[in-house]
Amino acid sequence: MSIETFYEVMRRQGISRRSFLKFCSLTAASLGLAPSFAPKIAHAMETKPRTPVIWLHGLECTCCSESFIRSAHPLAKDVVLSMLSLDYDDTLMVAAGHQAEEILAEIRKKYKGNFILAVEGNPPLNEDGMFCIHGGRPFVEVLKETAADAKAIISWGACASWGCVQAAKPNPTRATPVHKVITDKPIIKVPGCPPIAEVMTAVVTYMLTFDRIPELDRQGRPKMFYGQRIHDKCYRRPHFDAGQFVEEWDDEAARKGYCLYKMGCKGPTTYNACSTVRWNGGVSFPIQSGHGCIGCSEDGFWDKGGFYDRVTDIKQFGVESNADTIGATVAGVAGAAVVAHAAVSALSRARSGSNDQNNGGK
Amino acid sequence: MTVKTQDDEYSALTAAGNTVYVYEAPVRLWHWLNALSIVILAVTGYFIASPPPSVAGEASENFLMGYIRFVHFATAYVFTIAFLVRIYWAFVGNHHARQMFKLPVTDPAWWSGIWQELRWYLFIVKLPRKYIGHNPLAHLMMFFSITLGAIFMIATGFALYGEGAQEGHWSHMIFTSWVIPLFGQSQDVHTWHHMIAWTFVWFVMIHVYAAIREDIMSRQSMISAMISGERTFRE
Repeated sequence: MSIETFYEVMRRQGISRRSFLKFCSLTAASLGLAPSFAPKIAHAMETKPRTPVIWLHGLECTCCSESFIRSAHPLAKDVVLSMLSLDYDDTLMVAAGHQAEEILAEIRKKYKGNFILAVEGNPPLNEDGMFCIHGGRPFVEVLKETAADAKAIISWGACASWGCVQAAKPNPTRATPVHKVITDKPIIKVPGCPPIAEVMTAVVTYMLTFDRIPELDRQGRPKMFYGQRIHDKCYRRPHFDAGQFVEEWDDEAARKGYCLYKMGCKGPTTYNACSTVRWNGGVSFPIQSGHGCIGCSEDGFWDKGGFYDRVTDIKQFGVESNADTIGATVAGVAGAAVVAHAAVSALSRARSGSNDQNNGGK
Repeated sequence: MTVKTQDDEYSALTAAGNTVYVYEAPVRLWHWLNALSIVILAVTGYFIASPPPSVAGEASENFLMGYIRFVHFATAYVFTIAFLVRIYWAFVGNHHARQMFKLPVTDPAWWSGIWQELRWYLFIVKLPRKYIGHNPLAHLMMFFSITLGAIFMIATGFALYGEGAQEGHWSHMIFTSWVIPLFGQSQDVHTWHHMIAWTFVWFVMIHVYAAIREDIMSRQSMISAMISGERTFRE
């Protein structure tokens, strides 16, 4: 039995050819491709068999799945859910128990080396991985086994990419990001807490359409969505350059929508597509609704001090202090030391000077 | 005829009233350019992290942060190019021009010199030793604070600059592409750049004090040496 193509699945689900072609051009646009790519995408989807995807859940909160199923355009959502050939996702699937685990084993055997493994959450390694049990076994074992047969791995969200809040100090379960456990497979990190729905669907679409992983940066993130900072494309950027800042949450500047830099916005240090793609169908994103970016797609954002501080705390010094408090304190100590030292120097010089005079007199 | 040893030569050069040409013109020019750059970079850098109070009016009529950042970046280029020229001068200049780029860690005399200088600053010894170039303690401080400090600030600074300049810009290629992943993320690079900036403030405080104090209390000229290049010895 031949495997259905994407197009066949879509037609079967009642999507018109017109809607299908619209989806193709929309996808080409969202991937930043030339209009000439729309027919190529259409052709690929008409001819290629669907690539099966296994979606595993480790230590996570399911916000990635929640984001994913809300992919903005209803058409895109329907299509991508069909496109994916999401053969196993223990949160979304109907099957449960032994039945579900059988499917997992079957896909691994049938599509050995040909399926994409999407991982949401991460494996905790302490106590032999007992902090996260999947089908009666530690999740880390299931992850390693499944990854061994996969073509490529997608690390969904901050958990799989970096560790996220369950890896926050002191990380009692030793929650570990996927790339530190699986080292022999190509891994695409799609960080964010959660990642933007359209970014997730676009990454999958790209991989299925072109049969290769998108261009990644040095930290393994797709450049097309993580190549620029929030700050670089923020609509409040003119207020930053002008020096117009929100100083208090309830001041006039906040009402006028000035820059949230002084309120600890992490836009200048965060690589993500929020300020261009936005959320919930392009309705808004954190800065647009008046709150600074918390940098949820950056490594270690959970351990970097307050979300509302521009100059963030340095934890290594034990007490809560940032570069300015440490710098000013040491400068103060150095200043006091200089003054004291100068005083002692002057005193000793005066004394030896008078000694010299005494000696000269003798 | 007696054989003159190196030590004899040294003590002859540092005899009271004698003058030695130490700091060549490019070194002196770099010193003052560097001093000015550090002051401008520290002040503008502070305001980039903690901007001045919000300004009123149309965003299009104001460019305060833009100007502050522009001055910081322009001065950073001056600082960096001056440092590169200074490195060049270490190769072609006299041996004093090379001093701050290397530490004679294998030389026991240098270590004992540090000890001696510490004792001098703690008022234990009456008279400091004479040095034509930096004294060993100053040499140590110069190497860590200025040489390594400048390299660190240039690398992290242009890594942060390259984030805005984005892929394709030389600063992104040379610095951003590896510095940001090395530290983990941009926020950490900001924090470290900020922290090491403070070490320059500490350095300047101690450096200025020590220079004035040595000028008055030691047996060699200090401040005028960085103006004329000539070091005069006393006593």
